[in-house]
Order: sequence, then C-alpha cells, then structure tokens
Amino acid sequence: MSYRVVHYINQFFANIGGEEMAHVPPELREGHVGPGLAFNQAWKGEAEIVQTIVCGDSYFAEHEKDAKAQVLAWVKEAKPDLFIAGPAFNAGRYGYACANVALAVKEELGIPVLTGMYEENPGADMKEKILIVATTNSAAGMRKAAPAMAKLAMKLMRGEALGASCEEGYMPNGVRKNFFEKERGSKRAVDMLLAKLAEKPFTTEYPMPSFDRVAPNKAIKDLSKATIALCTSGGIVPKGNPDHIESSSASHYGEYCLDGVDVLTAETYETAHGGYDPVYANENPNRVLPVDVMREFEREGKIGKLHNYFYTTVGNGTAVASAKKFAMEYAQKLLQANVNAVIMTST
Amino acid sequence: MKLELGFIQIKDIQFSKECKVENGTLYVNADEVKDFVFKDDDVKACVKAAHFDIAKPGESVRITPVKDVIEPRVKVEGPGGEFPGVIAKVDTVGSGKTHVLRGMAVVTAGKIVGFQEGVIDMSGPGADYTPFSKLLNLVLVCEPVEGVHQHEYEHAVRIAGLRAATFVGELGRAVTPDDTQEFETYGIKEGIEKFPDLPRVAYVHMLQSQGLLHDTYVYGVDAKRSLTTIIYPTETMDGAILSGNCVSACDKNTTYHHQNNPVVADLFAQHGKTLNYVCNIITNENVYLADKMRSSDWSAKLCRLLDLDGVIVSQEGFGNPDTDLIMNTKKIEQMGVKTTIITDEYAGQDGKSQSLADADPLADAVVTGGNANEVIILPAMDKVIGTLDYVDKIAGGHAGSLRPDGTIEAELQVITGATNEMGFNCLSAR
Amino acid sequence: MVKEIERAGIPVVHMCTVTPISMTVGANRIVPTIAIPHPLGNPALTPEEEYALRKKLVTRALEALTTEVEDQTIFEV
Repeated sequence: MSYRVVHYINQFFANIGGEEMAHVPPELREGHVGPGLAFNQAWKGEAEIVQTIVCGDSYFAEHEKDAKAQVLAWVKEAKPDLFIAGPAFNAGRYGYACANVALAVKEELGIPVLTGMYEENPGADMKEKILIVATTNSAAGMRKAAPAMAKLAMKLMRGEALGASCEEGYMPNGVRKNFFEKERGSKRAVDMLLAKLAEKPFTTEYPMPSFDRVAPNKAIKDLSKATIALCTSGGIVPKGNPDHIESSSASHYGEYCLDGVDVLTAETYETAHGGYDPVYANENPNRVLPVDVMREFEREGKIGKLHNYFYTTVGNGTAVASAKKFAMEYAQKLLQANVNAVIMTST
Repeated sequence: MKLELGFIQIKDIQFSKECKVENGTLYVNADEVKDFVFKDDDVKACVKAAHFDIAKPGESVRITPVKDVIEPRVKVEGPGGEFPGVIAKVDTVGSGKTHVLRGMAVVTAGKIVGFQEGVIDMSGPGADYTPFSKLLNLVLVCEPVEGVHQHEYEHAVRIAGLRAATFVGELGRAVTPDDTQEFETYGIKEGIEKFPDLPRVAYVHMLQSQGLLHDTYVYGVDAKRSLTTIIYPTETMDGAILSGNCVSACDKNTTYHHQNNPVVADLFAQHGKTLNYVCNIITNENVYLADKMRSSDWSAKLCRLLDLDGVIVSQEGFGNPDTDLIMNTKKIEQMGVKTTIITDEYAGQDGKSQSLADADPLADAVVTGGNANEVIILPAMDKVIGTLDYVDKIAGGHAGSLRPDGTIEAELQVITGATNEMGFNCLSAR
Repeated sequence: MVKEIERAGIPVVHMCTVTPISMTVGANRIVPTIAIPHPLGNPALTPEEEYALRKKLVTRALEALTTEVEDQTIFEV
C-alpha cells in the first residue's frame, strides 16, 4: 500500500486563472492536479496524491479563518500520511497561504507537512515552524523544486531522521544538525575569507542570532520637573509577597503603591528573588530599590517627583518572552501616568 | 623563516627487542622508552606505573581516558630541538629541517581529572569523529602515585608523553624521508615586495588558558601569563606550542593539532597564490574580564600594525572563551580587517538552543565544527586501553552513559578532537 | 525589559552589576553597580557611608538620563 498525500495549490497552478480568478473559494478535487503530477512521478508509486485542494490566493487572504477551517475539515476526513503545499516560489499570498495552512494541519491534526517557496517569500517567515524547501523565485524552478520536495516528503512519510538543512534542501529551521562537509573546516575558512576579501558572496555556517535593538530615547531636559519611576527585576515586594511572585520563572509582575513610603524597611519589604543571596536585600531593600535616595532628591527638588507606583518582578530563570510581556504591559501604564523616565535595577 | 619537513611514512608499529624505524615500520622496545620517560624527576615522583600498548586503525579498540596526542619528530638541522622550553632547551625553532614520523602518534592515557579526558575509538561510528582513529597509536597508559596533587600529576603525564614522543622521534633522525616539503613566510617589507597584489592574511590563534588544568604552553611559557604576540607559522609547526589541557575532549587542541595546525597548512597552501600569509598572532583565553579586554585589544592592535587585510580566528573550548572569540572578531573587524572565525556549537542535544554564549553581527563569516551536544552511541569494543571507569563522569557523559554491555551513550563532547575549532575535521552543522 | 520600556518611548537607565549581559540584551544607558546581591549598597560600610554610595550611584543614573546617547553607553561611576 502506498502513502496517501493531500496537496494544496492555488487557482493559478490549478489552471483556473490568474489574478482575476484569485477570489475562488476552496475546492476539493480527487487525485493530482497541476504540479502534483511531478510529485507522483518522483514517488514512483510509493506515495500518491489522493486529493488536491485548490484555493484562490485572495480568497485565502480575505477569509483566512473560513478557508483554513474548510481545508482542515477536508484533510481530517482524508487522513493522509502527509500534507504538501505549493511550491509557491515568489508568489507572496500563495506562499503565505501554503505556510499557514500547513502550520494549521501540523498543529491541529498532527500530520507531517511540507511546503516550498523562495526564501524571500513572506511565507518563509514561518521556516522555524514548518519545513519549507527553498526554491528559485519563479515557477521555472519547478523541475528542481519538485524532486527536492518529493525526496524530503518521502523521508517524512517513512519517519526517517532528517539530515542538516543544507543537505536536505529545507530552509534552516533553528534546529542545528551535524553532518560531514566535503572539505575540512580550515579549508572552508580560508575559502570563506578569500571570498570575503574579494567581496564575493559567501554563506556563514552559523548566522549570528539577531538581537533587535531599540534606539535610545531623548534625554530628560529638566530633571526638576520630571516624574521618574523605579522598576526592578530584583524581586522587591511588600513583606509577605502578597501576589505570590515566584522565586524563579516568574509568571507575573507586581505593581505596588509608594504613597507615604519614605524608605523601604526590613519590616515592610523583602525580596522574592531566588537567584541570589537574599540576606542583604531583606536587611535593607533600598540596596535593590533606592526609594530612600529618590525621596531625598524629591524633597531637594533635584527631581520633580518619584512615581507613586513601582513595578517589580523576578528575573531569575524567567523566560525572555515573559519578561518582555510584563514590561510591555507596565510601560503602557507608565506612559498613561506621564512618567518621564525609568530607573531599572537588576541583581 | 624557512622550515623543511621530511615526512617518514609509518605503516606499522611493532613491539620488538630493539628500537628502530625500518622500511616504514616502527619497532619499539617498550622498556627502553619507559626508561627514558622515567629519567625525568617529576615523572618519577608522580607516575607510579606506566605501560605501552598499540592501537591500529580498524581494530576493535577503545582508548580512554585520553589526555594528549603527540606526533613524534626530530630536529635534524638548524637551531632548537623538539618541544623547546619544555624538553629541548629554549631556542627558536621553525627553521632548518625536521623529520616527522607521519601516520602515527604517541597517545597518553589514564586518569587525570577523571571527567575531562576523551575517548578514541579505532573503529565503529565513533572512529568517524576523531582524526586519531586513522593513526597508528603508541599508547602510554599512566597511573598516579597515590595522593599526588592533580596539577603535579598533569604536569608529569604531559612530560611523560612529550619524552616518549621525543624518544620515538629520535629514531627517525637517520631515516631518509619519503617526502619533503618547504614552508616559508617573509619579513613584512620582503613579503609586500614579493606579493604586492595579494591580500595580507594572518592567523589569530586563540590558546586555551583558563587555568585549572586548562592550559597551553608556548616555548614552555604558560599562555595565560603572556600578552598577545606574534609567532612564525613554522615555529608552531615545529613544536613551539603544546597542550596542557584537561578540557572537554571534543574541542581541545592536542599537541598533535598544534603540530599539524590545519589553518597553518591551508594558509600555506594558498601562500603566494591567492594570499600573502604574514604570520600567526597568538592570544589567550583568560578568566578575568580585564584580561579578555586587554588580550583582544592587543590582537586588534597587532592586526592593524601589520596592515592586514584579513585574518582567520580559531577558538579553543567553549563557554566564556566564546566571549574572547567575539571580542577578538569584533575589535579586529572594527580595525577594518576582515575576519573568518572557526568555532563549534553547544546547541543542546535537540539542536534548538543558541549555539554560542556570545554573539555579534560583525562575526558574519563563521565556520563550525558541529554541535558537541549531539548524542552518539558507541558500541562496545573488544579491547579497552586505559579504563572505562570514568565514562559516566566525562564531560558529555552522564550517569548511565556506560551500559553494562560496554556500549557508551554520550554526547560528541567525549570524543577526542570531534568538533575541533581549528577546522581539523569535515564535521559541520546547519 | 529595559528594551520594552525604551520601545514605549520612555528613556530608561539600567543599573546592574553584570554589564556585558546588559549590553547583550540591548540596554542603551547602563550604570554599573556594586555586586549581584546588593547592587545599590555595600553591607561592609557604615549606614552613612552606604547611603552616600547609593546616592552617588543614583546621581550617576540621573546623569545618564539627562545625557543624550546615540548608542549603548556605560556610565562608569
């Protein structure tokens, strides 16, 4: 018995028409349509496209939820061994549809998925979530793309381990895989350096992770009129940790009023942080959150005002994504309160 | 400075009554070598017992725990001797003529730290990952005197290996090499005049120097006590730099790696053709932030002073040395000198984590020796040279790594030289 | 976290001990502090000395907030 495959293509590859027919809703056809033939030929009977889903690119873009639901319903019914979409080459909306519909099938139905497109196609942004074979930017590349996708598809259906992205032809998906190059590393380094010196193209074997940077905001012009807020990742909380902020991998942040608080004392505040020796912070919480000094500056008129709320969480073991979410939330509150600047302390 | 290397191809090693190299076979009288090794006071004081064994490519043999791998050589013409400042007296090497016993190595094995020595499999899947499975290995297994201090013992075993290699190398003195090659770099002005149109390229060679048995020696000087400096590539080829390391086996540079530094070899291969190979810049990987700043500043400064167009930077080890690598790269690029770097990765067993502890967008040309965390299963071997007692504790191993049937399940980290950051191997990752 | 506050349009100064990490995460104004468990204090000092030290550090942070920067800047104390 051969493996069963469902294929997703757009109106153009189904020969319905170009842009003028991009509005057509999803349609289910038996067997292979258009580029599906190339896959079937490559699989030589070991796998076969049993059904083809055709959907207009504009329809998908404008009715994404409905289109996805319809595709999912059909794929669920067909119970294929693999769902394959495209290849979309450089067609932006088609690539977007292929990637998103494949991700839905993978996540909702747990069926292996594969698509293909040009690396600058907007759909390729999903390369870390689904397997995407890199193709050329036009449909003229079908003769190369189809066998590459068919080969990878067969590995997925057989449940074989995948090799490194550059061997298998999929876009780097953030999962590092070892393999043996033809040349040793030093030779590759010399060749890469020569290319770099000659300003010829070269491909790094490990692209540096990209750190997004935010440009610094303008400085405060007049401190004596500024409202300044204190924030910390050092876990300073009112004694007893009323909101139960976790000592590690914090799930939330605290927002506490400083009205009438002139200095943080050992009797009223403590740290909830589990990543450092808490003795010093518990003895004198101003060592982490300098309320005492800020109040003096406020009295002296050096700063306009200490904001009457402070925001706090525990940095220890907390996922970057969570920390980012906390700060995004309370930054909005600070903006609404017309805070002019923030002092953030970390332990 | 010009160095001539005469390669004597060794095709077999046999134990014998006399010591000699004849028709490509090395005959070894183990007792004679041992006597020479134990003539050193430190070895005598710290090493209780030692014995030799032979491991050949393709045999069902596992060598572990491996400390160092050394290629036997002998200086036949010109100044200096083998391992200057350690075995031979301090004198500049890298010129004249040296005979090399090619195709073999002296391997030191036995417990030192226990968890930072490696595994060499002579056959099976593990053999694909270590270059030393392809060599005829004369293995020196050492046992410590009870109660000996770890540092003293590391020193003694290091010396024992170097002495054994020196003794064996000496046997090649009168042998006519099968092949001879010359290597030469030029003075600054001379080089520019000779190759006016070629880019000026150097090799920034980072040496492990974190201390706590993570050390490298240059003419006998502990690299952590030196500032970044310049050395002729032929000096490195002639035994000026040697390993005193007990770090993760996969990316430590053994003495063999230094003697046969692949970056040096591949830069020489292009020297005078596509580039002008100027020199090597050696720099360290110390544990203090101030040292890291100073050493990387110095690397960048020397690159500028030498009017280089490009450099290759190689790393040793991982973790905080990643910061040294990035600092060097960033500062050198900021001097307007182009870089290509060689490193390896610790991306987790699933390959999904960030590979390096540090990063910078200026490090845009990276060669990788692969993900050291990838798990490998090493089937049991018929014979073990050394002991399997430390396999569970070795860096990259875990409790239960050694199965009752002798199979080892561990990360590539345990294999000597597997993810070498000089680019000695073909292993890579994407 | 610092970056999200900056992104919202509010100038922010990061007071921390391990400045290389602050550089990596992308803070723009950085003031190095004393030690991980007591960034703005030093238990070895008398309370008066310690308060003076904290005042000096916070003063430096305020200077950072009133200084225009184009790139990530460490304001040494």
